[in-house]
Amino acid sequence: MLKKLKTMKKTTRSNMITYGIVIAAFIILQTLTYTGNLSSLLQGLLVPLCTYVILAVSLNLVVGILGELSLGHAGFMCVGAFSSAFFSKCMRDVITVAPLRFFLALLIGIIVAAIFGIIIGIPVLRLKGDYLAIVTLAFGEIIKNLVNVLFIGVDSNGFHFSTKDIMDLNMEADGTVIVNGPQGITGTPKDSTFLIGTILVLITLFIVLNLINSRDGRAIMAIRDNRIAAESIGINVTKYKLMAFTVSAALAGAAGVLYSHNLSTLSANTNNFGYNMSISILVFVVLGGIGSIRGSMIAAVILTLLPELLRGYSFSDYRMLIYAIVLILMMLFNWAPKAIEWREKYLSFGKRKKEAVK
Amino acid sequence: MSFISYLVNGLSLGSVYAIIALGYTMVYGIAKMLNFAHGDVIMIGAYMALISLTQLGLPVLPAILVAVVVCTVLGVVIERVAYKPLRNASSSLAVLITAIGVSYLLQNIALLVFGANTQSFPSVIKWSGVSLAGGRLNISGVTIVTIAACLVIMIVLTLFVQKSKPGQAMRAVSEDRGAAQLMGINVNGTIAMTFAIGSALAAVAGVLLCSAYPTLDPYTGAMPGIKAFVAAVFGGIGSIPGAFIGGLLLGIIEILGRAYISSQMADAIVFAVLIIVLLVKPTGLLGKKIQEKV
Repeated sequence: MLKKLKTMKKTTRSNMITYGIVIAAFIILQTLTYTGNLSSLLQGLLVPLCTYVILAVSLNLVVGILGELSLGHAGFMCVGAFSSAFFSKCMRDVITVAPLRFFLALLIGIIVAAIFGIIIGIPVLRLKGDYLAIVTLAFGEIIKNLVNVLFIGVDSNGFHFSTKDIMDLNMEADGTVIVNGPQGITGTPKDSTFLIGTILVLITLFIVLNLINSRDGRAIMAIRDNRIAAESIGINVTKYKLMAFTVSAALAGAAGVLYSHNLSTLSANTNNFGYNMSISILVFVVLGGIGSIRGSMIAAVILTLLPELLRGYSFSDYRMLIYAIVLILMMLFNWAPKAIEWREKYLSFGKRKKEAVK
Repeated sequence: MSFISYLVNGLSLGSVYAIIALGYTMVYGIAKMLNFAHGDVIMIGAYMALISLTQLGLPVLPAILVAVVVCTVLGVVIERVAYKPLRNASSSLAVLITAIGVSYLLQNIALLVFGANTQSFPSVIKWSGVSLAGGRLNISGVTIVTIAACLVIMIVLTLFVQKSKPGQAMRAVSEDRGAAQLMGINVNGTIAMTFAIGSALAAVAGVLLCSAYPTLDPYTGAMPGIKAFVAAVFGGIGSIPGAFIGGLLLGIIEILGRAYISSQMADAIVFAVLIIVLLVKPTGLLGKKIQEKV
């Protein structure tokens, strides 16, 4: 086994280490849970942890690999969460096997999020840089706004839709409200477990890492590094940009499914599906290192656990403040020409200097 | 009559957007960066005016002056500390993410210092306004002052940029930074001056915004800031008259959308405008077309 590990290609070995970390973390946390060494607070965090890891890894696909800043990532999560919760609530009594129901809900969440990814991606990816960032932010806010005015009910005549209020649904007496506007969806079956979350994390990593190391991934990175050069050697820019964006959206949708099936009440506000969430995911990506998948994974875990572990020190009051400072300092340290010069001078650690191809 | 009154309210809100959009458009034109923190400078300006008015007991004009001075200094400091080191960074994402970080930092500092509670903003303009058409159309004093302030700022700024020496330096830097430096223009100074002007305008906009909608919390600036950016893009980023027209149009669209379509969807309507503008005419109404060089 060890010998085989040595003869592997460098990227394969690095990927194996990433999967290994996830599996090891899962085994350790499960053992701690069974032996009763994990506080109930932390146990409640296990599924959200998986959600954030998936979100961070999928956003890194857009920010790190495609090289565009998406500020609407929470919007795709929202779409996945609501579509799958809607399905699960309707099917609650029809399909009683929880894993099967979750699997179908997952498929629906992913497909709907991917469709939104394509619909939004086609216009958005014609833009770049600042414009792309602000338009993805706009789409994220529009999705959140739309979900908040959506009312859906069901009765013997079928589904009723409205964008005003429950009365406007005009349901029969036997009707039940499924999506209740700003109150969202209540009574989603709690089908998410840590095991399912971990499997989803592994699948996400598998998809993203394989995409990056494939021919398609190299094409995407070529577009990131120089769009015109990539286009001139025959890379279909729109196709590859859309591919990265849609895969990222679909994975965010999967995270949304996991998130929604861990809560009994699902409603859209700024902190879970709005701008704040998108920024939090961005902080994970930036802290973990833009373009480093393993980094975003670890950053997501640390930044989710840290506030809970430091709960006694009124850390949560300062959490967002610290995020903001981390964001600024990381960018200055990593990207400022002066800081790069300084690092090369003092922090090279005997590494070979890479000469950039000019 | 209600349509006209919506229109006037739209013009008033649009004037505030226009003043904020000026800050975005000038900074974008010169530093080629989206200053995400601009909206939060507005919020800081409004808080400064609020403190000066209620706790220091200053009259209105000195209170506004305090807000303007604080915001100007804040704008210059933000530029110096957070944006200037990244000006020649190899990735354009770096400065954008930093700007988001600064925006977040300002919001959270305000949250810690002023608290999360919504505070009510005292009325700065005591004038009750005018009543037209036999009392059927009332235009409040705040509305008139806001529109007038916007017009004055626009005219002064246009004259400043077109006629004065520093204004010419600003245009030169926005045209070609390297060439401007070769001609002996202090590029760093000019960029700092642009941030100073933009932030000073943000303070004025903050006071006007909070006079029209008299509530203030640490997130007050974020949404108007983003909407003003939409206005700047709408009018053509980098163009001062564009910011004016874009701001007014966006204000009218928002108020009419709120009145006739849906009040909950007003934000979505504004963002839909942004998306349509960027897809149909990415350079905006008055923007210049920039050709990409290989």
